[in-house]
Amino acid sequence: MQSFTRAVIGTAAVALLATACTGTSNAPQADDDATKDVSITFWHGWSAPGEAAAIAADVKAFEAKHPNIHVKVVGNINDDKIKQALRAGGANAPDVVSSFTTDNVGTFCASNVFTDLKPFLDRSGIELDTTFPKPLQDYTQFQGKRCTLPLLNDAYGLYYNKTAFKAAGITAPPKTLSEFDAVAKKLTKVKGDSYSQLGFMPNFHGYESTATHFAALWNPTYFTPGGKSNLAKDPAFAAMLTWQKGLVEQLGGFAKLEKYRATFGDEFGAKNPFHTGQVAMTMDGEWRLGMAREAGVTFDIGVAPFPVPDAQADSYGKGYLSGTVIGIAGTSQKQNAAWELVKFMTTDTDAVVSFANAIHNVPSTLDALKSPALTADLKPFIGIAQHAKSNTTPASPNGGAYQLTLQDFGYAHEAGKVPDLAAGLAKTDEQIDKDLAQAK
Amino acid sequence: MTSLRQKHRTETLRNLAFLSPWLIGVSVFFLYPLVSTVYFSFMKYDGFTPPTWTGWKNWQYVFTDYPFFWPALRNTLWLVVVMVTLRVVFGLGIGLLITKVKTGAGFFRTAFYLPYLAPPVAATMAFAFLLNPGTGPVNSILGSIGLPQPGWFNDPAWSKPALTMLALWGIGDLMVIFMASLLDVPQEQYEAASLDGAGAWQRFRYVTLPNISPIVLFAVVTGVIQTMQYYTQPLVAGKVASGVIGGAGQQFEPGYPDKSTLTLPQLVYHLGFQRFDTGGASVIALVLFALAMVFTAFLMRSMSERSVA
Repeated sequence: MQSFTRAVIGTAAVALLATACTGTSNAPQADDDATKDVSITFWHGWSAPGEAAAIAADVKAFEAKHPNIHVKVVGNINDDKIKQALRAGGANAPDVVSSFTTDNVGTFCASNVFTDLKPFLDRSGIELDTTFPKPLQDYTQFQGKRCTLPLLNDAYGLYYNKTAFKAAGITAPPKTLSEFDAVAKKLTKVKGDSYSQLGFMPNFHGYESTATHFAALWNPTYFTPGGKSNLAKDPAFAAMLTWQKGLVEQLGGFAKLEKYRATFGDEFGAKNPFHTGQVAMTMDGEWRLGMAREAGVTFDIGVAPFPVPDAQADSYGKGYLSGTVIGIAGTSQKQNAAWELVKFMTTDTDAVVSFANAIHNVPSTLDALKSPALTADLKPFIGIAQHAKSNTTPASPNGGAYQLTLQDFGYAHEAGKVPDLAAGLAKTDEQIDKDLAQAK
Repeated sequence: MTSLRQKHRTETLRNLAFLSPWLIGVSVFFLYPLVSTVYFSFMKYDGFTPPTWTGWKNWQYVFTDYPFFWPALRNTLWLVVVMVTLRVVFGLGIGLLITKVKTGAGFFRTAFYLPYLAPPVAATMAFAFLLNPGTGPVNSILGSIGLPQPGWFNDPAWSKPALTMLALWGIGDLMVIFMASLLDVPQEQYEAASLDGAGAWQRFRYVTLPNISPIVLFAVVTGVIQTMQYYTQPLVAGKVASGVIGGAGQQFEPGYPDKSTLTLPQLVYHLGFQRFDTGGASVIALVLFALAMVFTAFLMRSMSERSVA
């Protein structure tokens, strides 16, 4: 029995020892020779056939310029897979990784899962300020550490059903939120206890109608310089939540809108409520036009910047920005070769423009934004992307956790479960700070 | 004396050799993960940088500051009590009915067993479609006969009952086990009970139930453990019903609607693989482990006391 006990204790000790040595990152020096024959692996999140073809074309153009670097492309990868694969490391782990969301840049940079790109940028003589728009520079770094670069850009604007506008006698898209509210009401057609057409779905579950996307219209400051949550102190958040709830009430109330929302098809499917005419206006990214065409939408679609608060009417044209980011795995043994691919995909104007046109995304470099080769569909979003007041959500060490907490608060507020908005925002700040403390 | 000791040592080694497959299995697949989980629950570890000691910080965060923990625990306990009970009662009921059917038993067995074979993701998506409050056929039928139309997976009050319905639909596994045990009850005991004037309920209470009680215990214990690990169905139901795929600025909402479908295993994934917080995830994993142990010990004990009585 004693032997058995000793064996169990021994096993536990070995387990502990082994555990303590597991998965620790040991970033290699970038000393590989990128001029020699080498194969690298590139992971990305695109999955639609057209998108995969666009990536393939981009990579082919790269390989034509760098015949010694061969790229193995793996698509349909989300951030959860990226994190797990980079934790595990090994020969099959990717060298170059792109992520659809900027939300995790803070985690990627803080944990060294993506390598610091500054030495590579310096060596290649790339000036960030003359290459990328400012908001894109912001969302690809965390606390001064640049571990990703922008790979195309997403800009959010207003899509409207021109046919419905014409039928309602509306001649131009609204520019301020008070105009927007009036238009949304005018376009809303009640049918029984539901709607035959809703002007706009303001509920936070209404796909892209999220708290952060709306808040961008007020140019909010999410964190204090000391890194504390700033929701209660910045009046932008209370203003946004008040406006949103007001519109919810004007359009029939939360419960009625939620019931109607349950009849919507998938956001990225053919039955998106904007495609089906269930909503006459929607907030969405630049990809929607292409998707609407593919879905066979018959009405005319108008695109404009999303209306802004009345007090900020002079900032009309701005919007929420985000985008795909790309970086080099901290565990990669071929970082110099990987950098060549990252550099090509993010800074080569022809590559950026071709890729942007192919997948209906806004280009991410200043030169590409001025390119005459860009498709006409992207024009309204290029204006939003270049607007000085366009903004994004900042990177945080625990990814998008603070956005989730704000969003959660937004759900409670729109449902009428928050009696005191200021106190609720202060409590939300506390929660965000606790989550941040846990991540540090 | 020396030869006796040597003989004893040889016997011990031989016994250990015979036990080694079990020892290796338990060490690798149980002790190692368990010890690691305890270890990580006291560490800050993101999977990339070396772990550092944080004491009780992870425990404190999960129990006092992590807003999803208590709703998830409440949901998990609700599901353990309601879903497991209903599954056992329903499985036993269906098993009883099918063993009594004279014609078409094969058809009914197949009909009730087949849903169990459906992949959980596909089955949940099908249920989310059927129970869509606005466009689903179930509410259309309820509406057409003047009955209330619940919000199902879109209503916090109805989401767990909807998940329970999904679990009852896939009752095939328990039905087969109960059928086998019911057919194993000696017929002469029923005959003797009938001769003594026992009715249907008394035959069930005093003949069937005592005979199948080990199977009932098995069904309850495995049901509790499975429900503690309940992950796929609530996650898919919440995701499909919310309609939010996730993207930039579009945070996936755990436990839609209003945290009502949140379960503890979802939190393990959320903290461990989405927030890089291995410490917090380990705490929740240990809570799950402790709960499963407590439930199982309680059930085993109460069942053994009952059988002694």
